[in-house]
Amino acid sequence: MTGQPTERRTAADPEHSRRLLRDMLRVRRFEEKCVELYSAAKIRGFMHVYIGEEAVAAGVLGVLSPDDAVLATYREHGHALLRGVSAGAILAEMYGFQEGCCRGRGGSMHLFDAATRFYGGNAIVAGGLPLAVGLALADKMAGRSRVTACFFGEGAVAEGEFHESVNLAALWQLPVLFCCENNLYAMGTALGRSESQTDIALKASAYEIPAWSVDGMDVLAVDEAAGRAVDSIRGGGGPHFLELRTYRFRAHSMYDPERYRDKAEVARWVERDPIDLLRETLEAAGDLPEETWTTIQGEVDAEVQAAVDFAEAGTIEPVEELTRFVYSEQAGGTDKTGRTGRAGT
Amino acid sequence: MKTTYREAIRAAIRDAMHRDDRVFLMGEDVGSYGGCFAVSLGLLEEFGPERIRDTPLSESGFVGAGIGAALGGMRPIVEIMTVNFSLLALDQIMNNAATLSHMSGGQFSVPLVIRMTTGAGRQLAAQHSHSLEGWYAHIPGLRILTPATLADARGMLWTALQEPDPVLIFEHGSLYNQAGDLPDVAGAVDIDTAAVRRQGGDVSLITYGGTLGLVLEAADRLAGDGIEAEVLDLRTLRPLDDAAILATVAKTHRAVVVDEGWRSGSLSAEISARITEHAFYDLDAPVGRVCSAEVPVPYARHLEQAALPSVERVVAAAREAVGAHG
Repeated sequence: MTGQPTERRTAADPEHSRRLLRDMLRVRRFEEKCVELYSAAKIRGFMHVYIGEEAVAAGVLGVLSPDDAVLATYREHGHALLRGVSAGAILAEMYGFQEGCCRGRGGSMHLFDAATRFYGGNAIVAGGLPLAVGLALADKMAGRSRVTACFFGEGAVAEGEFHESVNLAALWQLPVLFCCENNLYAMGTALGRSESQTDIALKASAYEIPAWSVDGMDVLAVDEAAGRAVDSIRGGGGPHFLELRTYRFRAHSMYDPERYRDKAEVARWVERDPIDLLRETLEAAGDLPEETWTTIQGEVDAEVQAAVDFAEAGTIEPVEELTRFVYSEQAGGTDKTGRTGRAGT
Repeated sequence: MKTTYREAIRAAIRDAMHRDDRVFLMGEDVGSYGGCFAVSLGLLEEFGPERIRDTPLSESGFVGAGIGAALGGMRPIVEIMTVNFSLLALDQIMNNAATLSHMSGGQFSVPLVIRMTTGAGRQLAAQHSHSLEGWYAHIPGLRILTPATLADARGMLWTALQEPDPVLIFEHGSLYNQAGDLPDVAGAVDIDTAAVRRQGGDVSLITYGGTLGLVLEAADRLAGDGIEAEVLDLRTLRPLDDAAILATVAKTHRAVVVDEGWRSGSLSAEISARITEHAFYDLDAPVGRVCSAEVPVPYARHLEQAALPSVERVVAAAREAVGAHG
């Protein structure tokens, strides 16, 4: 089954819409700061920003419950933030400090948070999909009514793990929400240069699961489609697939010279900036007074500044702890060589 | 109780399924077919298709699903038909199972057991004859078990399931029909220590898994010549029981490592290196090695046998070690 979900929600609930606007702005301003800090060499390694794609994470994550599970890619700052990981813990992670959400072991591409059931942060394209299937399998076997939402790019569709995972989820009718963030480029390879069938939702529907294409620049459309899909999954409807058509405004990573696309193409997409689109809709309806917008921006900027202050005050983990967590610290008494020695073997 | 290696593993799976509701078995042909090597024969009828779960031929998919299910609170036993096919799941094993605990700063652990057949010797040619357990032993975050005896086939699984971290169990394909006695009360065994399977004072033969049998046979033959070999079964390849390796070398002053993997960059190389690092002055002879020839394992019987460790090659290597002047 493909095609658009019917009856999308409009800005009829302004409070809800303002929350989505605020969420998107939180991601945008946080990542603009990340780029600045990367340029200042506070953040190293690979870093990929989500700027332009915020409507996808905001729309989908907004419909999930706290006990649902979320998996994302290496472009996941926004997902972590909107899932409830604090901006400070994310930024401290990127600084490589022990106050980071993974004690500085993961960095930008590997954010994890057990408290919010955020399972990464996976830097192998399509590597998170099988995990999502397994998390959902555990829920189904245990009789729990939870949803596992798994984000991945359209580049993942070319990987075997994509097909294996969607097939398994469909075969076993598992509660997975597959969220394909189709930003048209797998790093620098355009969709049409990598897929014989570029209609991703059509492709997914071959596995006999409901698969919808959604305007990923319209957060209200994403919110509506994700809400409908999650309701259906919770109702026993099995896995659902959303192809969220979006665009990355910035380079793939901080090292990308962007030789593969025209500036004019980027400019066309920027005209449909998801934050501007919703803000204009709300303003036209009289649902976003100027002082409200000013307040939202002020609160978001304050959150980002607090995160920077937190990260700047971070500390490095003693190097003696290098081998901690290679094996779990709750391992039983079977380790006669001692924890550190065992990690070293 | 008369039993076989195959039946001992089956008994271990049944026992685990009865003792812990979170345990389930998942893999290719584990259900209706009864397991490619008949290990799980009859378990589908006993436990049903939810817990004896047949999968498509999607190694990466179902191994990753096992990791996810472990993260989700289950205790999966994933069966990969053979180590050769595990290469299709290497991304999940190495990039996810082995890294998630450390990469998440200890927030997550992956209590997953993966069982697979390994090894050559049955004229199955190159793509069904790899011995890659030594490769897997290279990876921090994993535990690698190689049961060589009925007691270990019966007892290692439950202990592995108690581990909070991923454990890979390698079952050598030539062992499934191994028959013998097992006490009726046989159960869990430790998975941390190597075991001396034969006492001796003249040379240490260090091995594991599928080559334990031929090493014991070689030791018997050496005894006929008045050479008493001590046979150390490593049992666990990661973490290695360094103390046991060093203790036997300290006793015999001579060591031969027998490993069905290829010699270059192998587990045998690692053991040899550890001996020279930590027991160099105990040695009266260079550490010897008997490994597989560096060829893809061929089909023809005489060529395959020539490629693999044999009793004769172990005897020759042991004699060379004993004959060396210290």
